[in-house]
Amino acid sequence: MTQEELLEQIYKKDSKAFTLLYDMYSKSLYGVIYNLLKDKEESEDVLQEVFVKIWKNLDTYNDKKGRFFTWILNIARNASIDRLRSKSHNNSKKNLSSDNFVHILDHNTSTTNKIDAIGIKQFIQKLKPKCIRIIDLLFFKGYTQKEASEELDIPLGTVKTQNRNCIKELRNILQA
Amino acid sequence: MEKEELIESGTLELFVFGLLTEEENIAVQEMAQKHPEVQAEILSIEQAVINLSYSISPKLSAENYHKIKQILLERQGGEVVQIQPKKSVSPYLGWAAAVILMFGIGIQYYKYNEVKDEAKKVVIERNKYEQMLADAQKQNTQTEEALAIVRDKADQTITLEGQQVAPDAKAKIYLNKADNETYVDIAGLPTPPEGKVYQVWALKLSPLTPTSIGVLDTDNIADTKGIYKVDSFEGAEAFGITLEPEGGSDSPTLEQLYTLGKV
Repeated sequence: MTQEELLEQIYKKDSKAFTLLYDMYSKSLYGVIYNLLKDKEESEDVLQEVFVKIWKNLDTYNDKKGRFFTWILNIARNASIDRLRSKSHNNSKKNLSSDNFVHILDHNTSTTNKIDAIGIKQFIQKLKPKCIRIIDLLFFKGYTQKEASEELDIPLGTVKTQNRNCIKELRNILQA
Repeated sequence: MEKEELIESGTLELFVFGLLTEEENIAVQEMAQKHPEVQAEILSIEQAVINLSYSISPKLSAENYHKIKQILLERQGGEVVQIQPKKSVSPYLGWAAAVILMFGIGIQYYKYNEVKDEAKKVVIERNKYEQMLADAQKQNTQTEEALAIVRDKADQTITLEGQQVAPDAKAKIYLNKADNETYVDIAGLPTPPEGKVYQVWALKLSPLTPTSIGVLDTDNIADTKGIYKVDSFEGAEAFGITLEPEGGSDSPTLEQLYTLGKV
């Protein structure tokens, strides 16, 4: 099912729409949230909050201003960052950067599906370390280009293109 | 911006990541609408990061889904949730309509009964008036008959005067010689006591011979206006009326002679 088909179901107020929405995006959003919080229980808690927020605010989503996935991704990232701030009383995003999504795989091979995790780890680790860093900051943690350029110590003008090349690489790996 | 330029710029990635300004987002969406290649590139980027985040996600407990559903259901009373169609007034409208309908039927039924009662009353009333009319007509006929007897048929009237037991009593005998008919008018007699009747006698005076010419049924005295046809008796010299036990007597009880009159 595509995002467009899902939205059609949602706008029709189909009672199955929520289940479809959850099936399509819960795992991805959980991945994003967990990558920020590093705590399963807390991440599930935030995920619940995020889905309630999504469902509650569906009518504020405007497809002229962006993709539906982008909209829910923002909700998930913001909710996670809010949770981190409320816990640590620390507004700095710097603390977020100490770890990245590849470390999750290192820590969770015992609890996720092992074979999957190993396979995923293998293909993700085909990514160059700088790609892992830049995708982690921009996609998972929602850094701005400026924040990312400072964090990675690369020129602001190259953040966009470097990210472009890394996503291309990711797409190639996934297709392979 | 040309579409190839846009695709290669890396802006579409930032667009999917949600890192552009609102104006930039709108510009990208417009380009995507116009150019299928741009749209396809966006979808491909989106799919890549969805898969990436999906693949790094730890196992998600099954209860999580149910917990969210539970929260949504609990919240449903309020401003939330389109999981079911927004609350509309229509179901309540249905109930309200049903209540009003029931109420309406109740009122109609009450009014129907009221009208039915009213109609019943009218019918009773009408019957009463019809009865009264019939009575009046009957009475009129009787009066006319009585009047006819007195006015047209009677060519001799004998007045019977009250006697000792009833000094105020009064009666009349009408004789119609042409048709040989005799009538007695007892309108001036008191109502006979229970178990007693008036008996009319024709008398020959010498010797005094009473002959019964009728026992009067006074139960329906109103119907007759007090005028009764009695037997004719050729050569009667006087008429008398006595009070007798029910059924009449063979000979008059003279102590109970109410009226008497000579021809």
